[in-house]
Amino acid sequence: MQTYLGPVQPPTDDKRWKIVEATARRHGREPHALIETLHTVQECFGYLDETALRFVASLLCVPLGRVYGVATFYHFFTLKPKGKHTCVVCTGTACYIKGAQALLSAIEKTYGIKPGETTADGELSLLTARCLGSCGLAPAAVVDGAVVGRIGAPALLARIGKGIRP
Amino acid sequence: MTIEDLRTIAENERQAQKKFQHHVCVCIAAGCLSSGADQVRDAIKKEVAEAGMAGEVLVKGVGCMGLCSAGPLVSVETEDQLFANVTPEDASELVRSIDTGTADLKHCDTAVPFFERQQKIVLENSGKIDPERIEDYISNDGYRALVTAITEMTPPEIVALMVKSGLRGRGGAGYPTGLKWSTVSKTGEQAKYVICNADEGDPGAFMDRAVLESDPHRVLEGMAIAAYAVGAQNGFIYVRAEYPLAVKHLKTAIKQAERLGLLGNNICNSRFSFHVDIRLGAGAFVCGEETALIASIEGQRGAPRPRPPYPAQEGLWNCPTLINNVETFANVAPIVRNGAAWFAAIGTEKSKGTKVFALAGRVANTGLIEVPMGITLREIIHEIGGGIPDGKQYKAVQTGGPSGGCIPEQHLDSPVDYESLARIGSIMGSGGMIVMDETSCMVDVAKYFMEFCASESCGKCVPCRTGTRQMLAILEKITAGEATAADLALLEELCDLVKNTSLCGLGQSAPNPVVTTLKYFHDEYDRHISGEGCPICKEHAASSAEVSQ
Repeated sequence: MQTYLGPVQPPTDDKRWKIVEATARRHGREPHALIETLHTVQECFGYLDETALRFVASLLCVPLGRVYGVATFYHFFTLKPKGKHTCVVCTGTACYIKGAQALLSAIEKTYGIKPGETTADGELSLLTARCLGSCGLAPAAVVDGAVVGRIGAPALLARIGKGIRP
Repeated sequence: MTIEDLRTIAENERQAQKKFQHHVCVCIAAGCLSSGADQVRDAIKKEVAEAGMAGEVLVKGVGCMGLCSAGPLVSVETEDQLFANVTPEDASELVRSIDTGTADLKHCDTAVPFFERQQKIVLENSGKIDPERIEDYISNDGYRALVTAITEMTPPEIVALMVKSGLRGRGGAGYPTGLKWSTVSKTGEQAKYVICNADEGDPGAFMDRAVLESDPHRVLEGMAIAAYAVGAQNGFIYVRAEYPLAVKHLKTAIKQAERLGLLGNNICNSRFSFHVDIRLGAGAFVCGEETALIASIEGQRGAPRPRPPYPAQEGLWNCPTLINNVETFANVAPIVRNGAAWFAAIGTEKSKGTKVFALAGRVANTGLIEVPMGITLREIIHEIGGGIPDGKQYKAVQTGGPSGGCIPEQHLDSPVDYESLARIGSIMGSGGMIVMDETSCMVDVAKYFMEFCASESCGKCVPCRTGTRQMLAILEKITAGEATAADLALLEELCDLVKNTSLCGLGQSAPNPVVTTLKYFHDEYDRHISGEGCPICKEHAASSAEVSQ
């Protein structure tokens, strides 16, 4: 077991840091709580920036290098803020067979972004998912949190276009 | 908690449910949920209330009913009817039909091979019980196996039962479950862990998610029995963060089981205590490998380590650790309830029981199925799956995800069991089954899986890290029409090298899709090389150019 860990000052007086601290405390601020704590940060702030990584490192008493290593190893964690709208295209096998590539290239042509990128005006982020598990509805995508299944490129573009102008 | 207490809870629940003359079950598992099943449920509830039938009609959200392609699915149990593609607007018609018995809605015929050819053990409660109510699970024989095991059986008896049942690991490799349990149980009295591997990373596989969403208590019960048998005190469920509904149902289930004293300290007033915690994965495919999964629970990067020592001897925090897949744990309670002989009577000589498959791709009925081992691929695809839609020709079925192979027409009659699938170059895998027709280019499919493995390689060992990249580069060259016969020879050599020298299962099985497509679809590779080009790839390029304009 670990020795007593002193209090760590949150970077700002943003209330959300309290939630992050609570997660770390629930696991006794042990080093193995790293992934759980990073999950909480991403849930609260949407992404992990340097301030957050440094705070988590001091909270759990682990080297910053290890925090950065873990944060970049796992695909689920993102170090960049997401756009106002997001579109996640499923690239699982079933969706691939049924034309997920066509969806991606249509978005790339229209908005000029590749998977993992955000438009310059911060309006739209394009992401891919390994598998949404909605294989019965292939090809599937998630537009702003809502799953759309059996969708073609024109319909998907129209759906995205409702929120933003290209 | 005693067996009598359990009976009382079950009886009370049955009485409470009997008060309702009609049960309307709405599938709210992820598949149907993405076609708006929650709105359907709310609309039906509202209609029932407005019609003044709240006292006689019970509307409940249940787990996966299997036929995801026809979702959202709603069943009216008392009349044995199943409705497909139900929308919120259909709610009034559906509620009206409860009285009249006839509905002007899309009926789903349940007397078809898709439903009749299945045999359900793991999914027996799926689509029937409310996954968020422990009482509903208990009224369907739930937790009876756990209480019986603790109060009437000794740990060695349970291990012997598992050995006798012949159950093998459902995560893909098929290691005998009883043998694993017995190894962990023999490590003496010390801190031990039970881990449930729910990091279902294969693209195109959603069996574990469906089980966790539809019947989470079954997995907890299996884990608790395992912990009692091997002498573990703590357990973890490592579940993908991409499965929020499964996580939610699991959290609820753990709380409910703790409240009833079925998990926690001194279960059933015995000396046995067992605590379960959830750990969220963070999107790394390699964490499905057991040593990488352990590293991830310890809060580190998910990199595997050489075995031995196996986790059964030295696992989580260097303690003996039992790791089984979701589906394996889901099989435990029925085996304890019905006996080893009952389970061993199902399936083939070496592969016992049933297997859950996620059927997807170019097949008429996509969804979740559970079939006895030994059924042929042809029966699964052409009878249960309803064949290939749009009059297209069958080309291949891909089993086992990125670690599996593509099986052509000539092997469709081979039975589905661990050995037979390995013999034709594929693996059982966790249960993803993707059907492909003539519109899929097999070289392109091989490239897709190699892309996946190259990106998911953790980077620890060289053969996997660089080998997959090199193979991907050659496959890209082939699909671009720039490759020569020498490239093909190099590709084959690399397959052999990566397979035999990689550290963990990811690298060792990464060449499988390439090896099987080279073996069964060599002509397609030749077409790409010979300069005439692949007609399928050309067509795809043309259609995606058309879309973007």
